[in-house]
Amino acid sequence: MTPFTYFRADDTAGALRTGAGADARYLGGGTNLVDLMREGIERPRTLVDVTAVSTEIEDDADGGLVIGAGVTNTALASDRRVRTRYPLVARAILAGASAQIRNMATVGGNLLQRTRCTYFYDEAAACNKRVPGSGCDAREGFNRIHAILGASSACVATHPSDLCIALAALDAEVTVVGPDGERRIAFADLHLLPGETPERETSVRQGELIVAVHLPAPPVGRSAYRKVRDRASYAFALVSVAAVLDVGEDRVVRDVRLALGGVAHKPWRATRAEAMLRGRFADEAAFAAAAAAELADAAPLRDNGFKIELARRTIAAVLYELAGEAA
Amino acid sequence: MDLTVNGKPVSAEVDIRTSLLDLLREHLDLPGTKKGCNQGACGACTVLVDGVRINSCLALAVQYQGRSITTVEGLADGDTLHPLQAAFIEHDGFQCGYCTPGQLCSAVGMADELARGVPSYVTDVLAADTLSLTHDELRERMSGNLCRCGAHNGIVAAIAATYGADRPAVSA
Ligand SMILES: Cc1cc2nc3c(=O)[nH]c(=O)nc-3n(C[C@H](O)[C@H](O)[C@H](O)COP(=O)(O)OP(=O)(O)OC[C@H]3O[C@@H](n4cnc5c(N)ncnc54)[C@H](O)[C@@H]3O)c2cc1C
Ligand code: SF4
Ligand code: FES
Ligand code: FES
Repeated sequence: MTPFTYFRADDTAGALRTGAGADARYLGGGTNLVDLMREGIERPRTLVDVTAVSTEIEDDADGGLVIGAGVTNTALASDRRVRTRYPLVARAILAGASAQIRNMATVGGNLLQRTRCTYFYDEAAACNKRVPGSGCDAREGFNRIHAILGASSACVATHPSDLCIALAALDAEVTVVGPDGERRIAFADLHLLPGETPERETSVRQGELIVAVHLPAPPVGRSAYRKVRDRASYAFALVSVAAVLDVGEDRVVRDVRLALGGVAHKPWRATRAEAMLRGRFADEAAFAAAAAAELADAAPLRDNGFKIELARRTIAAVLYELAGEAA
Repeated sequence: MDLTVNGKPVSAEVDIRTSLLDLLREHLDLPGTKKGCNQGACGACTVLVDGVRINSCLALAVQYQGRSITTVEGLADGDTLHPLQAAFIEHDGFQCGYCTPGQLCSAVGMADELARGVPSYVTDVLAADTLSLTHDELRERMSGNLCRCGAHNGIVAAIAATYGADRPAVSA
C-alpha cells in the first residue's frame, strides 16, 4: 500500500478542502477502498475520511427521504421509515455482504464501490479498467459473473451493488458537491456503461463528494428484491431483480418499475419491459413477454449464457408473485 | 493514536497504513483476534467498536481513533467467562478454534443488533420492532463468520442457547 496522509472531515466544506486534489480519495467504511489500496489498484496520497459527514436521514418536503451519504448500510436498513415505506431499499441492503460489512459500509461508498471482476483485482491480468488500453482478459476468460447487457469490447464487468438496484428502480437522485458547487444526478445517469472508457465508471467527477441520496415519495404498489447467487447468503448477485408493481382492480398494470443487478456495468433499468407492461393485463404471458423483450439484446460470453434465462425467469417470477399479492 | 481497548486507554505509534487488526495483534499484544482472509470474507477478525461488530482487517486503525474496541480478550469478566463463551464450551462450538474469537465477538454484536431492531435478509415482517432469534435468523445473521472445520452445529447451538428465540424476546 502506498503511504498516504489521513484527514478526518467534520463537514462538507472540510472534506472538499482536502478532497479536491487529484491524488485524494474520500474514505467511507473502507470495505472496498482499503482492499483496493492493498492490491495496489488505488494509490491515493490523501485519504479524506467522510464517515462523520452527512450522517442523517431526513424527511423531504415532497414526501420522500433524504439519506446522508455517511449513513451506514445497517442504519439505512434499520430506519423505521425505510423499513415501512421503502422495504425494497432495506431488502436490497440486507441481501448484500455480511452484517459486519454493512455496519462499516456507508451509502456513498456503496454507490461508488468498484466491480468484482477478478481480472480487475489481478495485477498480472490485462484489464482496460485498471490500465486503459491494456486489453480485457475477462472477454475470453472466466466470465461466469460478467455482463450480458450493455457491455463493450473494452469491458464486460458488472456493477456489484445490491442497494443501487433498488435505488435505480425507485428513481432516486444523488446530490454531489464539488469545487464548482452542488448538482443533482438522476440515478440512471450516475453509473456509466463501459463503452471505450471503462475506467470511467460514474458521472461523479474527481474531487466531487456525494452528500445525499434522495428517495422520491414511495411509489404505489407492492415491491420485491430477489437476488440469485451461488450461496444462500454472503455472495454477490449472479442476477438480481428489484421490482415495484401496481395492478388495478381490473388486473391492468397501472405502473411498474424494474431494475436488474448482476447483468451490466451499471444498475440496469428495464425500461423496455416496463413500457410493454404499462396498461397491459397482468398475467403470466405478459410478464414472460416483457422479460424476453428486455433480454432480447443480451449477448452471452463463454461462461455466462445461463444468466439470460435466469434473468428472464427471475423477472417473470417476481412480477407474477407481486401481481398475485396485489390481487 | 489513542483508543480504548477492552476498557483500557492505549496509545500506539504506528504506520498510517496499519489495519485495526494488525494494530491489535502486532502492536497491542492482543493476538486473540485472528487473521483469515484479510479481505472481509471470513469474519475471523471480527471485533466490536462501541459495541458494533466490524471486520478489523478492512478497518484502518487511524479511522478508529478515540473509539472503544472490544476483542475476544475483553469478553470475560475477570475469571468469569462471558455466558456465550461458557455456552461454546458446553455445546462444542469449536474444533481448531481459529474462527472462535470472531464467532464470539460477532454473536455478541448480533445480539445487540437484534435488541436494537436491526432486520436481516430473512426477517419476514420488516416493519416489526420486536425481533427474535429463530434458527433461520441466527444462520443468516452469523453468515459473515465462516468455520472451515464445520463446527457450525455446535456454534449455532451455543448461540441459540445464549440468545435464541426460546429465551425472552428482546424489544427495541
Ligand atoms: C466480502 C464482501 C462481500 C460483499 N458483498 C456484497 C454484496 O453482496 N452486495 C453488495 O452490494 N455489496 C457487497 N460488498 C461491497 C460492499 O457493499 C461495499 O464494499 C461497501 O458498500 C462500500 O462502502 P464503504 O463505505 O466501505 O466504501 P469505501 O470502501 O470507503 O469507498 C468505496 C469508494 O467510494 C468512494 N466514496 C466513499 N464515500 C464517498 C462519498 N461520500 N463521496 C464520494 N466518494 C465516496 C471511495 O473513494 C471509494 O472509491 C461486499 C464487500 C465485501 C468485502
Ligand atoms: S471486464 Fe472490465 S474490469 Fe474485467 S478485465 Fe475486462 S476490462 Fe477489466
Ligand atoms: S480476516 Fe477479516 S474477514 Fe477474514
Ligand atoms: S473451529 Fe476451526 S475454523 Fe471454526
